[in-house]
Amino acid sequence: MSAAATAGNVMRLALVGVPNCGKTALFNRLTGSRQKVANYAGVTVERKEGSFTGAGHRRQYRILDLPGAYSLTPTTLDEAITRDMVLGRLRGEPPPELIVCVADATNLRLNLPLVLQLRRLNLPMVVALNMSDLAQKRGYHLDPQALQRELGVPVVETVAVHAGGHRALVDLLDAQAPQGMADATNPDSDPGSLDIEEIQREAHGILRHIGYREPARQLWLHRLDAAVMHPLLGLGVLAALLFLVFQAVFSWASVPMDWITAAVEGAGAWLQATMPAGPLRSLLVDGVVAGVGSVLIFLPQILILFFFILLLEDSGYLPRAAYLLDRLMGKAGLSGRAFIPLLSSFACAIPGIMAARTIPNMRNRLVTIMIAPLMTCSARLPVYALIIAAFIPQQAVGPFNLQGVVLFSLYFAGVLSALLVAFVLKWLFHRDQYHPLLLELPEYHWPSMRNLAMGLWERAAIFMRRVGGIILTLMIVLWFLSSYPAPPAGATGPDIQYSFAGMLGRGLEHIFAPIGFNWQISVALVPGLAAREVAVGALGTVYALSATEADTAASLTPLIAGSWSLATALSLLAWYVFAPQCLSTLAVVKRETNSWRYPLIMAGYLFALAYAASFVTYRVALAMGGGG
Amino acid sequence: MSHLPPQTDGSPDTSGPAVPLSTLRRGIAAHVVEVIDRQESLGDEARSTLARRLVEIGFVRGERCEVIGESWPGRDPIAVRIGNSTFALRRREASAILVTIEHRP
Repeated sequence: MSAAATAGNVMRLALVGVPNCGKTALFNRLTGSRQKVANYAGVTVERKEGSFTGAGHRRQYRILDLPGAYSLTPTTLDEAITRDMVLGRLRGEPPPELIVCVADATNLRLNLPLVLQLRRLNLPMVVALNMSDLAQKRGYHLDPQALQRELGVPVVETVAVHAGGHRALVDLLDAQAPQGMADATNPDSDPGSLDIEEIQREAHGILRHIGYREPARQLWLHRLDAAVMHPLLGLGVLAALLFLVFQAVFSWASVPMDWITAAVEGAGAWLQATMPAGPLRSLLVDGVVAGVGSVLIFLPQILILFFFILLLEDSGYLPRAAYLLDRLMGKAGLSGRAFIPLLSSFACAIPGIMAARTIPNMRNRLVTIMIAPLMTCSARLPVYALIIAAFIPQQAVGPFNLQGVVLFSLYFAGVLSALLVAFVLKWLFHRDQYHPLLLELPEYHWPSMRNLAMGLWERAAIFMRRVGGIILTLMIVLWFLSSYPAPPAGATGPDIQYSFAGMLGRGLEHIFAPIGFNWQISVALVPGLAAREVAVGALGTVYALSATEADTAASLTPLIAGSWSLATALSLLAWYVFAPQCLSTLAVVKRETNSWRYPLIMAGYLFALAYAASFVTYRVALAMGGGG
Repeated sequence: MSHLPPQTDGSPDTSGPAVPLSTLRRGIAAHVVEVIDRQESLGDEARSTLARRLVEIGFVRGERCEVIGESWPGRDPIAVRIGNSTFALRRREASAILVTIEHRP
């Protein structure tokens, strides 16, 4: 098919709607898996585009899922993108030929004003009355034909959560004549000049005229809210949910993580056995395979965590958690909205930092990004596990195990310091600023498994794409640093000791000696920059264990227990609570803030905190007799 | 935006004294009188945009609203039922919305 022939049969659509109107579910229903997720040029607003074909393959559609917007007068970057896109003002983006305005049939009072604003601007549009099944079931009185007559634009009912619930919409689209470019370039069409009160009155008038009636809210929804949003009971429910999520992240993920470890080791061993020894084999085994493995290993935890986050988000619970925590987090200068990004950061700071996009205020968002790495991500666990197993005895402390208590206090230290850092940032930079909350608490919904699966797939793909490339590159660079130059003939120490990484580690030893790190730790911290858990493997290498040995950590435990002092071990634990030992996080911060300034500030303050914490820990432990 | 023209429909009881929505406790229903955009309470950037947003999400003269939740500590933020939606507002934002308390017979 020639490009010209295709172009004639492709129609560009834009999906617009207020937040929580079921727009993304409809987008998923229309496009299935034919979606592309990227960013709008120069800003960190997600650009979701998909395609689908009309009935009988007569026409192709390319559809943009624009960010949810309450109106065309934006209060967030997301809403500004939506406004600019529908008006054809976005550079590099052709304006849509037809707008599909999604309106939640169960909440037309909130949804209709946006429809009216679009209509005022004379933009070519159709209206999709979404969740029309729910409206019927709950006893709404709504006549779509009457609404169509009042609006003067086509109105169609859709049910995004049911198979085939989009058919009527596709038929309607097929019937629309191609309109050419939307003529929205009318200079008078400035949404800012629309009289919002007049539009509200018009919306009320239309709804009254068509006899739209909402039933009273169901009693069980009221009761659920009364429990979930109760100041004490609600916090209890939240704590229980969080406990369940963490339990799942750390216990369910261990099985697939073991599989991935086994597969990566298998691949490494196979290459080791089949390829002739040499730099290429070393690059593949220690650089590429180990690099891919270090990314893959976190996928199970991230997927499980995102599964729960999407589940809680889809059901309408998460904004209520943000509401419950707003005041508590506000004491530290954070918005309740920061709760979701920070929760994600417990799996990995990278999706957490990306999730901070949902915070409308830039300063609030920056503070959230800055403290995200202080949430104990799962990459720290292998390091914590190694040191705790080697130095902390298995003894009971009341009903708890001392090892567990130490692990918990490390998590707690992270959260506490995050709150302190946020508080200091607030005090330093925006003492007098105030940013409102204004957060919709959408109606509860049964989550749709299909949307959940698609959301999960999207997250996984983004994570692998954005992070995979960075970590892999870094792993190869660090492999080079750890392998070259080769040790001189007759060398007795491990190879890494003579490499660039070894030299660097030797140099770092002078810096790290005051906090109790020996040269082996200093050397291991260099490859550990790529990803924290790599330090465990690197320690194995430094202590002259074979890198492919099945269980490096198990063989390391007695070795380090014998050669490090307790003070050194505690100091290293304190170091890992703070140290920005993750170049991928810094790379993502750079990407999300479009500047080098914030990743550099982040690295600087985290190193300073890490050094200070380790210094204090080491000195106090020495004074208390932990030097032996 | 400081003075909304009167709503013509119905006759919700807006005769009582106007008080800020922020002074209401859980379970109290009221009718919106107006949204005031002179308030310091709406934040530092684009104060009028926020007042406008409050109108956009339904705080229109005559509309019924009810405080259905108070968070902890300090009974802040509050959850407000407006129209068929629920919004979380801090009391500081809510103080920009003037309401008359609904009198229960």
